[in-house]
Amino acid sequence: MRYDVAVVGAGPAGLAAAVTAARAGCQVVLLEAAPQFGGQFWRHRGEPGAHHRPWVGLAALRAELLARKVAYAVDAAVWFVERVDAGYRLLVTGREPVVAPRLIIATGTYDRVLPFPGWDLPGVLTPAAAQALHLAGVAPGGRVVIAGAGPYLLSVAANLLAAGVEVAGVYEAGDPRRYARRPGAVVAGKLAEAAGYVAWLARHRVPYRTRHAVVAARGTAAVTSVEVAKLDRRGRPVPGSRRVVACDALAVGYGFTPRLELPLALGCATRLDVDGNLVLDVDIAGRTSVPGVYAAGEVTGVGGTELALIEGRLVGAVVSGASGRPNPFTELELTRMLNRRASYRRLAHLAHAAHAPPAEWMSWLEPRTVVCRCEEVSAGQIQAAVTDLGATEPRTVAGLCGAGMGWCQGRICGYATATLTAHLCGRALTSADLLPFARRPIATPVTLDELARSPLK
Amino acid sequence: MTTRGFAIHFDGRPVTAAPGQSVAAALWAAGVRSWRTTRVSGAPRGLFCGVGACFDCLVTIDGVPNQRACLVPARPNQAVTTQIGTGGDRTGSTGS
Repeated sequence: MRYDVAVVGAGPAGLAAAVTAARAGCQVVLLEAAPQFGGQFWRHRGEPGAHHRPWVGLAALRAELLARKVAYAVDAAVWFVERVDAGYRLLVTGREPVVAPRLIIATGTYDRVLPFPGWDLPGVLTPAAAQALHLAGVAPGGRVVIAGAGPYLLSVAANLLAAGVEVAGVYEAGDPRRYARRPGAVVAGKLAEAAGYVAWLARHRVPYRTRHAVVAARGTAAVTSVEVAKLDRRGRPVPGSRRVVACDALAVGYGFTPRLELPLALGCATRLDVDGNLVLDVDIAGRTSVPGVYAAGEVTGVGGTELALIEGRLVGAVVSGASGRPNPFTELELTRMLNRRASYRRLAHLAHAAHAPPAEWMSWLEPRTVVCRCEEVSAGQIQAAVTDLGATEPRTVAGLCGAGMGWCQGRICGYATATLTAHLCGRALTSADLLPFARRPIATPVTLDELARSPLK
Repeated sequence: MTTRGFAIHFDGRPVTAAPGQSVAAALWAAGVRSWRTTRVSGAPRGLFCGVGACFDCLVTIDGVPNQRACLVPARPNQAVTTQIGTGGDRTGSTGS
C-alpha cells in the first residue's frame, strides 16, 4: 500500500491529524502502540461509557476515521524509524514495516515523576497508573493521597471520589494563584473548571493544600503513610511543617514527559520548554527541522487535549497541502484555529508557571534515596559522581554510576538525574542535559525474534 | 459489557480477573501490591507508571519473565509468578 502520510500515535493529536488528512483525500496510515484509540486522555475500558469523562470527541473522531477508511493498527508499536528512498520506513511490532514519504509524530507523554525517600515502595504510583486502575474497576487503595503538580491531580481526585474511594488529601506543590487575573475566555474557562473540582473536594471534606508536597513515603512491604510538608519559594520543606498522613496508596506526578524516541532518531531539533521538558522544535505549520517529519500535540510542548486537537487538525491540513491535496479548511477556519492555538499555548505557559516542579526538590532526598529505580542508583552515588569524580554533565554521571541505564532507559529518572546533576554543578538545566535520556534508537523493547525478522542488517 | 470474572493464578493461588483488566489491575484488585524483587537490593516492586514506561511491574507470566504486568491483558488460567531479579532463574535460562 502506498501512503501519503503515516501518523504515529492515536491520541487526540494523532486522531485529529489522521482524520483531517483523510478528509483532504490523503492515503493515511495510523499506528497506535496501545490496544485502543484515544491515548492517555481518552483511555477507556470496553466501549467508552458511563465511567469515562468527555469521550464524545473520541467517538466522533473514531467514527470519521472508520467512515473514511483510514488504514490503522492498534497494538502496533513503532520501534525503529529510518530514512529510505521513498521517505521513512517504520518498523512495527508484530507487523510488516510501513513506508511513507511523510510522518506525523503524535506520540504524547507519560507522567513525570520526582524522587523522594520511599517513592520506590509498592503502593506509590503515578496519577496515570491510579487512573488506569480506576478505569479497570479497581480502587488504587482504601485511602489514597494525591500529590504533585498540575490540574490533572484534581480530575484524578474527583474520579476516585466519584468511585467511592477515600481520598486522604490532595497536595499541590505549585501555586495556582499565579494564574492571577489574566484576561481571556480560555483561561477563565479552565479556572472555572478547576474551581469546580476544588469545591467538589471541599464538599467531600478532602483537604486540598497548595505549595505542599509529599516529601517522604513510609512503610516496609508497601506504603502505609506519607510525610507532607509546606514548601518554601524554592521548593524546600518549611522547617516544622512536616506531618504524617496515613494512606495505603499515593498517586504522585509532576506534569508530563514527551515521548521523543522516533523524532530524535531522525535528528529532529529540540528545545527546552518552559516546563523543563525537552520538546520538538517545530514551526507554525508543525514542521520539525527534518523535511517530511511533522509533529503535533504534547511532543511539541505539553499543553493539554484541546491544544493537541487543534495542532492535529492544523498539521493534518499542512500535510495534505504537501501531498498535493486541497486544504480541507477555509482561510477563516484556519485563522480561527491559529488564534485558538495561540490562546491555549498562552494558557499552557500560565499552567507551567503555576504548577512548575519545585526548583529544589532535591532537598527532599537522603543520600540513600533511590533516584534510578531500575539500576537502584542512589542520590548519594549521583552526588559522588559529581563532587568526588568530577562529572559536569548527566551523560558522564550515567556512565559513572549507571543512572538512567536500566530497563526504562532513563524514561523515569532522566529528568531527575539531569536536574540533580545541573543543581550539583551549580548551573541551570539545559536541553543538552535531557537529550541523553531521551535518545533511544530502539524506541521500545522488542524480542530477539522481532529483531531477527526485521529488515535491519 | 460483560464483567463476568475468570481465574488467573498468582504464585499458585487463584485470583479473580475481569475482562479487559491488565494482569496488574487483577493482582491489585486481589490486594497484591508487589510481584517482583529488584536485582540489587531485593526490594519489592509492583505497579508504578501504569503505561508501560517504567518497567517496574515486570513479572513472569506462563514462564516468560520480564513482561510488563500493566500492559499484558489478564487471560483465563494465566500462571503469574513473582519475578526474582532478572527472572532468569525461573525459566532455567542463564539470565544476563
